Order: sequence, then C-alpha cells, then structure tokens
Amino acid sequence: MTDPESSFSPSGESHAAITIENLGKRYTIGRRRANGDGLRHALERAVRSPFAWLQSARQRKLKGADFWALRNLSLQIKQGEVVGIIGRNGAGKSTLLRILSRITSPTEGRVRIQGRIASLLEVGTGFHQELTGRENIFLNGAILGMTRAEIIRKFDEIVAFSEIEDFLDTPVKRYSSGMYVRLAFAVAAHLEPEILIVDEVLAVGDAAFQKKCLGKMGTFAQSGKTVLFVSHNMEAVRSLCQRGVWLKDGGLQQDGVIDEVIDDYFDSLSSDLSFSCANPDYGLIIQRVGLKNQRGEESSQFCPGDDLVVEVAYNALKRIEKPILALGVVGVNGTCFASNMLLDGQRPAFLEGTGKITCTFRSIPLLPQSYTVKMMVRAATITDFIMTYREVAYFSVAGDLAEYGYKGEFLTWASRSAPVVVPYEWRLPDGTAVDVALKRLSY
Amino acid sequence: MTELLIEAGRTERQYWMDLWRYRELFYFLAWRDLLVRYKQTFVGVGWSLIRPLLTMVVLTVVFGKLGKMPSGGVPYPLLVFCGMLPWQFFSTAMAESGNSLVMNSNLISKVYFPRLAITFSSVSVSFVDFVISAVFLVPLMVWYRYPPSATVLFLPLFVLLVFGASLGVGLWISALMVEYRDFRFIVPFMVQFGLYLSPVGFQSSVVPERFRLLYALNPMVGIIDGFRWSLLGGEGGIYWPGVAIAVLDVILLFVSGIWYFRKTEQTFADVI
Repeated sequence: MTDPESSFSPSGESHAAITIENLGKRYTIGRRRANGDGLRHALERAVRSPFAWLQSARQRKLKGADFWALRNLSLQIKQGEVVGIIGRNGAGKSTLLRILSRITSPTEGRVRIQGRIASLLEVGTGFHQELTGRENIFLNGAILGMTRAEIIRKFDEIVAFSEIEDFLDTPVKRYSSGMYVRLAFAVAAHLEPEILIVDEVLAVGDAAFQKKCLGKMGTFAQSGKTVLFVSHNMEAVRSLCQRGVWLKDGGLQQDGVIDEVIDDYFDSLSSDLSFSCANPDYGLIIQRVGLKNQRGEESSQFCPGDDLVVEVAYNALKRIEKPILALGVVGVNGTCFASNMLLDGQRPAFLEGTGKITCTFRSIPLLPQSYTVKMMVRAATITDFIMTYREVAYFSVAGDLAEYGYKGEFLTWASRSAPVVVPYEWRLPDGTAVDVALKRLSY
Repeated sequence: MTELLIEAGRTERQYWMDLWRYRELFYFLAWRDLLVRYKQTFVGVGWSLIRPLLTMVVLTVVFGKLGKMPSGGVPYPLLVFCGMLPWQFFSTAMAESGNSLVMNSNLISKVYFPRLAITFSSVSVSFVDFVISAVFLVPLMVWYRYPPSATVLFLPLFVLLVFGASLGVGLWISALMVEYRDFRFIVPFMVQFGLYLSPVGFQSSVVPERFRLLYALNPMVGIIDGFRWSLLGGEGGIYWPGVAIAVLDVILLFVSGIWYFRKTEQTFADVI
C-alpha cells in the first residue's frame, strides 16, 4: 500500500488534481494613476520613440512600485481532497483562486490542472437584473460553462433546489436578496465539475440556506470530487475540509490537517497581536480577541440585531493604572460605531496579570456585510498609546433582509451601501407613516 | 481526462479549443443583449426600422434635394438606404462592441471564458438589427418599382466584408477601451465623421478620379459601393480596385484586431 500522504508514492503524480509550482503574481501599485500611463502618454511615447515597444517587457516593468500578491507558492492537491484555504485579507487567497480559475494569468511559475474545473468566486455572476429567473438560469449556466443540453436536463432540479418556482418568470430585480442568492447558488451547485473552487460565497443568504449549501458541497466532496474552499467562516471550513492551507503574505505558511491549521492560525492571530502590541514601557500583551454571540458561542458570523460580544484576553506584565480602551466596529466606509472609554469615562482601576475585558454591543444594527473590529489602548495620561488603533478581529453579518421586512426592488444591490441602520420613520405626502427598523419579523 | 496548463507569459494552447467549447456562450450573450435591448422601450424592435428610415429621409433631403448630387438613374432614397444599411451596422457595431468589455467587467473579473465571446456576440446583436432593417428594403423597392439586379448574388460577399470590418474594429476598440477609456469619447466622433467620410449620402463616383484610390483606403467605401452595386446594379459597374482595397483592409483589421485582443486579453481582469 502506498501512503497517501507521501509525495514520493509512485502513483502520487497521476492522482494530482492540481499541481502548483513556484507560482507568483505581481501587481504594479497605482499603475492606472501613474504619470506615464494614460492614452496621451502612450501616444506621446509612440511619437517620441516609435520603436520603444521593441524594448524588452522586463525593462519597462522595472518602473513603478511592484507588489507581489503571491510568490513562490508550490502546492499539490490530490484528487478527492477537500482543501480549505485560510488566511487574512490580502494574504493571496483570492489571487490564487483567480489564477486557478484563469481569470488572471500568473507572473511566474505554473499550474497543472487535471480534470474539468469550475469556480464560483461570486454568487450570481452574470445575472441580469432585467431578465427573469428562468432566463438567468440559462445565461448563468452558460457563463459558468454548462452546455444548453446540460442546463435543460438539470433545469427542474435547479428550480427545486432554489425554491423559487413561483417567481420563475419574474425579473430578478424584483427578487429578495435571499431568493437571488438561492437561485444563483442552485445554478452553480449543479455544475458537476471534477474540481470545484469556491470563494467566500456563503456570507450572503440566511442560516438555513447556508446549511443547505454546505450540505450540497459536502455531498459533492464525498463523491470523490476535489474542492478548494475559501472562507472566513472557520466553522464551515472545519466541517467541510480535511486539509488546510494557510496563506500568509502571498506565501505558504502552513499545510496540514485542517484542525491543526485553523488552531495555529487562530493562535497566530493572537500571537501576532501580542507580539506587536507589547509595548515595552507598559508590558501589556493582548493574548486573544474573541467574538461571541448572545448565546455565548464563539462565532465570526452574526445576524442583524444580534448581540456582539468582544472578549479581550490580556496579560499585563506590569501593573497598568487606569488604562483607556476603545473598541470600534469598522465597515466598508469606516468606523460604524465604537465603545470608547475616553467618551464614557468608564475604566478599569488597574490591569495586572492575566484577565479579560468584555464589551457587548447590543443588537448590532448592521446590514449583511463584512466587518473588522479595531482596538486601541491608551495610558492614563491619554496622550500615550499602549496600543495604537488596529485590527484585532473579523466578522461578517449574514441574513436575508426580506426577513426583516425589507422589500426594496434593488435590495441586493443597495444592501452594499452604508452599513449602519438606525430605526427611522417615513412620512409620505399622502399622510402615511412607515416605521423601518432592522428587526426580524415574527412568524 | 482534460489537462490544463497555466504558465506565466504563455497563452494557453487550449484557447482555440475553448472558443469552440464555449460556442454556446456566444449565443447566450447575444440572446441576452437582444432580450434586454428593447426592454422598457415603447417602440421596441421598431427602433431598428425607424433609425435608418429617418436617417434616409434626412440624407435624401440634404444630399439629393439640396445638394443635387447625381443618382445615376436610381431613386435617391433607395440609393441612400443601400448605403445606410452597411454603415449603420458598422457604426452601431463599433459603438456597442467598443463598450462591450467594459460593460461586462463584472463577468471578466469573476469568471473565465474566452473574452472574444463578448465582443463577437455584441457585433452579432448589431447584425440582427442590420437584418431587420434590411427587410425594409423589400417594400422600398416595390414602392419605387425598382427590382434588384442579378448582381444581388454578390451581396453575401459584401455582407461578410462588413461583418469582418465591424468585428475587426470592434476587437480593437473594445480591447483598447479596457485600458484607455478615452475611446468612450473617440468612438462617437468616429461615427459622426465616418458618416460623411463614407459614401452614405452620395455615390463614391462624385469623388474626383485621381483621389479615388486614396478615398478607397476607407474600407467602408468599397463595402458601401459593393452593397449598392449588388442590390441596385448600375450601368457604370463597380470600382473594383476600391473593393480589392476594402478586402485587404478588412483582412488587416481583422487579423490585427485578433492579435491585439489576444495580446491584452490576459490582463483584462487586472486592468478593467
């Protein structure tokens, strides 16, 4: 018997689904804004030195600030493996998926893929708002690489999975965001490739539907297909994958059994913190920042209106008198809200040894999007930073806004705007008054 | 089992095979654009008739009545309409396909498929419009009691030519537009000037003999002449050197268009 873990196994080569060798992708930062790039400059260059284009590409590329999103990555994924790719934002996960999906080409290195590959980097890519559900099934299917015959064959299955039978002939712009996601995932779920690549696509949709999607991916994985799964939802990754690949700063940090990789990843998040937050003058180590819901469960995913409990575990090597803490929840356009001891005047008398400080944000009024928690610690003198305002945790809010009484025509599209919703009331010219709040409707 | 090799700095060998594998996508993209095109319009498909018709009236009045251009015995509206057909196809294809990649940027940054499909299906949509407008030629010929001559057998050749020219220019502009949005402003100019630089409202024979070869460098000159000649006949025959130049032009445009498109295609997702 050959050891499946051994890369020296004679049959290992033929079982590889994806072989990545020395892969690298370079982006030039600020390229579009760079002085020498517009059409005017291109023409000017062409007139001044008509043969400049003969210059080697290398020579030209040296100009401008380069940034390697991915570098020297080598990896082999065997057939039937279900691999979770984890790492912080900007670690290169998306770039890797984009290269594997052939959306962008690598700057160096190569990838060999054996088997039909399909990738799902976004739910509902190519959906057209004006077209009906039925029409979009065909369009989206074709874009994802299905043939017409295939789509026709699976049409009923797709419709059944998406649970939108009654709205098949309604333009998708009138769908709730939940219906939209259900339909989109249903199409993608029926792709039947040999290798499936899935990016953070489950952050949308309600909990029940997410469960259904994970179930579908689970059966897919069990049928011997290869799956690459990227998510910030660690519980989903843990339950679905056997192997974990942790990317950091564009390179491979760790590759192994999923539980170990996730644990080490979480540890590093906190140790990263403690390392850089240790201010020698104060000796405060932030060991871990955990997020919990109102039921006390650790989570990185919340529903609108949930309580968000931020738990800061610290180790104060020296006694710190009256420190000032601030915790902020940051969304797409900046800090949404914060708890700030500078404002409320509450502060611990002192910190010494290990301990915990928790802050509960009650019923967070946030739209389904991704968020970051930032933290800052000041000394009693106020002007001294023990720890500057920096990212300490990540979470997402998920949910179908339709369940909260939202019924805007452009729900999906508009829900990417300002994330904080405070209750408000519309008073219309005809005298009607409507209350709007981010509260789940009771059934 | 299919094997795929992705390597830095090399275009994949499977590209042309993929083009075939994704052939149905061409159809679906064109079908989408057609479905969406006249949604929420009152007149609907009628627009592909009204547009050339109104232009025909205006050009007939300006060039035929006011300019008193020679028509060689052909009713002037008919003369103009036969020129309008290829020109309208070419100009809408240029405008629509030029924007096509940018309009589909969400697709380009999220899924792989041969990007040629987008530009190609966009040109095909303009072609459908062209066919619809062409149908109107029948009542027009009946009204003027002017049956098509036997040269109509050559028409497919010129249809092919105008398709090639549209696709060639479409490939260039759509790929250039990805990086240089300047073309958003350039294209309307090209469409506007092109109408007067091409023999749409008049016959190319009004151009002095010594400038004719130079004039024919515009591929639309040979194509429009060809359309008129094959549909309406004409005792003067056709200026064949002009047609030959048009054929060369179209081949050059098409081949270079494919070349430039393929060259820049790999960076579309990074730049768009």
